Amino acid sequence: MGGYGDIQLLRDDGLRLDGRKIDEMRPVSIEAGILPAADGSAMVTHGLNVAVAAVYGPMEAHPRKIQRQDRAVIDVRYNMAPFSTSDRIRPGYNRRSREISKVTAEALESVVLVERFPRSKIRVEIEILAAEAGTRCAGITAASVALADAGIPMRDFIVGVASGKVEDTVVLDLDKAEDNYGQADLPVGILPNTGEIAFLQMDGDLSPDEYNLAMEYNFKAAAEIHEIMVDALKKRYEGGEN
Amino acid sequence: MSQGRSDAELRLVTPGMAIGPCAGKRIGSGAIALNKEIIATKLGWAREFNGTVSVDPINSSYIPRSGDLIVATVAEVRNNLWFMNINGAFQGLLPMSLAPWKVEFGAARQHMGIGDVALARVQEVDECHNVVLTMKGIGLRRLNQGALLTVPVNHIDRIKGKDNSTLERLKTASDCRIIVGQNGKVWVDGDAKGIAWSRAAIEIAQRCGHKETFEAELTAHEKNAPNRGEQ
Repeated sequence: MGGYGDIQLLRDDGLRLDGRKIDEMRPVSIEAGILPAADGSAMVTHGLNVAVAAVYGPMEAHPRKIQRQDRAVIDVRYNMAPFSTSDRIRPGYNRRSREISKVTAEALESVVLVERFPRSKIRVEIEILAAEAGTRCAGITAASVALADAGIPMRDFIVGVASGKVEDTVVLDLDKAEDNYGQADLPVGILPNTGEIAFLQMDGDLSPDEYNLAMEYNFKAAAEIHEIMVDALKKRYEGGEN
Repeated sequence: MSQGRSDAELRLVTPGMAIGPCAGKRIGSGAIALNKEIIATKLGWAREFNGTVSVDPINSSYIPRSGDLIVATVAEVRNNLWFMNINGAFQGLLPMSLAPWKVEFGAARQHMGIGDVALARVQEVDECHNVVLTMKGIGLRRLNQGALLTVPVNHIDRIKGKDNSTLERLKTASDCRIIVGQNGKVWVDGDAKGIAWSRAAIEIAQRCGHKETFEAELTAHEKNAPNRGEQ
């Protein structure tokens, strides 16, 4: 045991508190093109998380000091709605949302062909409507689908997934209790076709073996989510309804 | 673009999806070569034509090219030039020397004000995406009346059809003057019924321009055309 002593996060039968196996993901559903005013949009429901992403642009970058002569800049704004958690969140930017906006923008810059749009800006708005742990991963997945929906050229998608450690056991896709009282959290952004990693953060400690197992779970989950992302886009454009 | 869907083998691809090996193939728009494979970079329909593999995007922003005929809106006026909204990432610049009128310094506002619409051509685009427009040319003018509609840029070829056949059908059926700008702006002028019918036709293109049902829906819509009996 570690972290919070006697808080039990794994049941005696080896399952987790919500009945999932240790390598089982929460249910994920994705819908593309939900916002008619945006150039591209998507909604990701990952467990109890609900993330909406909207993409605008490419557009002229303002103020001019942020322009890059050889590429576009990706301007990400991640925000949690005040009603997204049980305790009301004070509206507006805070340290956490700034950090997540920054890492998300850097992750997206690694897949978007930014050199195609010099001096321009691609604006990505991520709004978390409901939060249950893993919102940055849901936000990145939603942003990735929204960018594809907007017709922004990318060399791959990014899938946001997380694994972690609870009661000395590596588990996939932490829920709220596991995130709050677990021993480690390892959110990553994976490029599903090439297997590259666009971003990686780690909170807590993992041994090399535990890290490898967590990454194995993450890659497995990324492949599953990637299929759902592709299906969401195909449903929008191939399946008849628009 | 999507007009070619009938004469090519098509499948919907998403960014990062492998289209096939790149040996012996040329790589067209919407695709890149990566590890000896052709990878789609956009959501769209993959197709191969004359040994070139490309992706016809479902959504795309307007990328101006020299020579494009566009319908632009005045966004800003200065003493000697106009900044035009060309429905792209950057505004176009129309200097008074390329306007169809003799404009005195400081009198640009007397010819076109903010919100006015003009038919223009892209004169040049430099490597920094500076777009210079011209209104010197046959038919290029200020558009004083009519309605301005918007269509997805990648559906323009679909609206025009082969040798402008679909556009001619729309013009005949609606009894309107229609100009389709390469930038996704469509100018329609005629009587109210014709404009309303054209607006509905453009909405069909917006809704299902990427689908095979487009032609059938447009044909069905033609049955309600104001000029139906004279076709």
